[in-house]
Amino acid sequence: MERQVELKNPSGLHARPASLFVAEANKFASEIFVEAKGKRVNAKSILGLLTLAISQGTTIKIIAEGSDAEQAVEALVNLVASGFGE
Amino acid sequence: MGTRFTGIAASDGVAIAPAFVLSTSVQAVEERRGVPIGPEIERLEVALRAAKGELESLRETADAKLGAEHAQIFTAHIQILEDPEFAGAIRGVIEGEQVNAEFALNQVAKQLIALFEQMDNEYMRQRAADIKDVSQRLLARLQGSSQSSLADIQEPVVLVANDLAPSDTIQLDASLVRAFVTDIGGRTSHSAIMARSLGIPAVVGLGEITANVQAGQLIAVDGAAGLVVVDPDPEEQASFSSRAAGEAEAKARLLALKDEPSQTLDGRRVELAGNIGTPADVAAVLDNGGEGVGLFRSEFLYMNRQDAPSEEEQFAAYREVAERMGGKPVIVRTLDVGGDKEIPYLDLPKEANPFLGYRAIRVCLDRTELFDTQLRAILRASHYGKLRIMFPMISTVTEIRQAKARVEAVKAELRAAGTPFDENIEIGIMIEIPAAAVAADLLAKEVDFFSIGTNDLVQYTMACDRMNQRISHLYQPLHPSVLRLIKMVIDGAHRHGKWVGMCGELAGELSAVPVLLGLGLDEFSMSAGSILKVRERIRGLRMDEAQTLAAVVLELDSQEDVLKKVQTWA
Repeated sequence: MERQVELKNPSGLHARPASLFVAEANKFASEIFVEAKGKRVNAKSILGLLTLAISQGTTIKIIAEGSDAEQAVEALVNLVASGFGE
Repeated sequence: MGTRFTGIAASDGVAIAPAFVLSTSVQAVEERRGVPIGPEIERLEVALRAAKGELESLRETADAKLGAEHAQIFTAHIQILEDPEFAGAIRGVIEGEQVNAEFALNQVAKQLIALFEQMDNEYMRQRAADIKDVSQRLLARLQGSSQSSLADIQEPVVLVANDLAPSDTIQLDASLVRAFVTDIGGRTSHSAIMARSLGIPAVVGLGEITANVQAGQLIAVDGAAGLVVVDPDPEEQASFSSRAAGEAEAKARLLALKDEPSQTLDGRRVELAGNIGTPADVAAVLDNGGEGVGLFRSEFLYMNRQDAPSEEEQFAAYREVAERMGGKPVIVRTLDVGGDKEIPYLDLPKEANPFLGYRAIRVCLDRTELFDTQLRAILRASHYGKLRIMFPMISTVTEIRQAKARVEAVKAELRAAGTPFDENIEIGIMIEIPAAAVAADLLAKEVDFFSIGTNDLVQYTMACDRMNQRISHLYQPLHPSVLRLIKMVIDGAHRHGKWVGMCGELAGELSAVPVLLGLGLDEFSMSAGSILKVRERIRGLRMDEAQTLAAVVLELDSQEDVLKKVQTWA
């Protein structure tokens, strides 16, 4: 299960948005990954996400494997598309 | 003479006491290969749980002592501790290489720290420091290390350390730690800021002070001078001891005034308040007997970040301040950007004359979305204490009406949604532009109060940029022209039954207090550290005499003469 989404919020996936993203990912049992710039990191890791240094306008791929993979991808794509309330 | 070391003056004050050297150097980590994996993973899990427990209790202490904002750092530390790239990676190394947990931890931490240190962004580099702090904590738990801990301090000491991490400063017992001195750090490093907020003298950035001091050696510290004397001779000891005693005595005398009224000998009562930038500053205002917050510089919530704070984030900050002040008034100044205060993500245009340009209320009235978000957050928080709203940089009546229209629009939304807020919230403006000062009686009809911002008022009145050294002599807060404007503002407001405060630096200036009092100022707001000194001064004055003094200085023809008159008067 995977889907692509573009980051529209000004600060990309840093600081507050990154920690919101990780908190959301941790609600699911599935293994979840974020892929961007040819790298893949664990979506439940704030350190991993930060090292990707994703800025506004980047398209990321969210990949999930597991029992609740569909819901996880859905929730995370919605969170990113909402611009993290920025 | 003792051995002298000079570092960066981080926090004022004089102290003399034996050294307590905080050893942060945990034992060297040895590499053991071929260890059985199961027990090694179990040791790691035990240490992770212990470290998490420590961080949770530190978070509670920080929350209770300093507020939610200071506690956040420990939440971040717990997040790192449990991160798959941290804890997970350490497990991976133990399993993959059959090495001991300490060695695996070191390897993972080194890689992560290097990764974050090389990033081109301050936020990311700070994460490197967090990873270091978390790794040290976990390592200490793994080694069951017997390093000296701050909890061992039982008598007055000067704390000597390489650096103090946030987790260290939170445990400091300010009644026993008379001063602290560190090898590294600068005036704005975490430890320096904490020292100032705790009122502990501190010198940082000393280079190799830990290498030059033994536990128990006598150490004298002069925080303001950035001076540390190790093994002071008897003469130095006597001098430092008497200065420290003098400071302690003055402090005790002032602290006795903490809950006394700010009232003159003949019964004129004024309000003495503190200026704050973040919720964490509230503690200092209350500790110094502040009767309110006369200026909450909300722009601090917008600075040093990559995006504007959300309504919820702002609401949480305003509510925290309102609640911690426990019903005492808090004036929230709406976003004051532009001029010398830059916020990159707002994309404000570069201008030839920023101080005469697109700034403060001018930006907010133009970008109503930004403004409305802030107003909603303030209004919602007004339900939890006594908040007041203040608009900066007002020049005309029209601007006040436009800003008030936004407040009314937001109030209507909240009402419709059934969200509680203070219907009678007071609205005021800063008086910092001569046009507003001259027309004070007209503006007073539109608002509940004024607060005079002297820094800008002086600059605009004298047409003088105080950062420009060639003309900075013209920056004269006590010039009769400025004092006459202040009088116009106060008289204009009083004529309509409105009160006037002052939140510029002048309000905390002891020499100016009798003149401002005599002119009729109702509220003085200043940095927390000045409140008790000003209260002591006011309690020694008579209102009728201050009024006479004010009338006299208004007729003098230079700031020099005003200063001479004020200084010889008391």
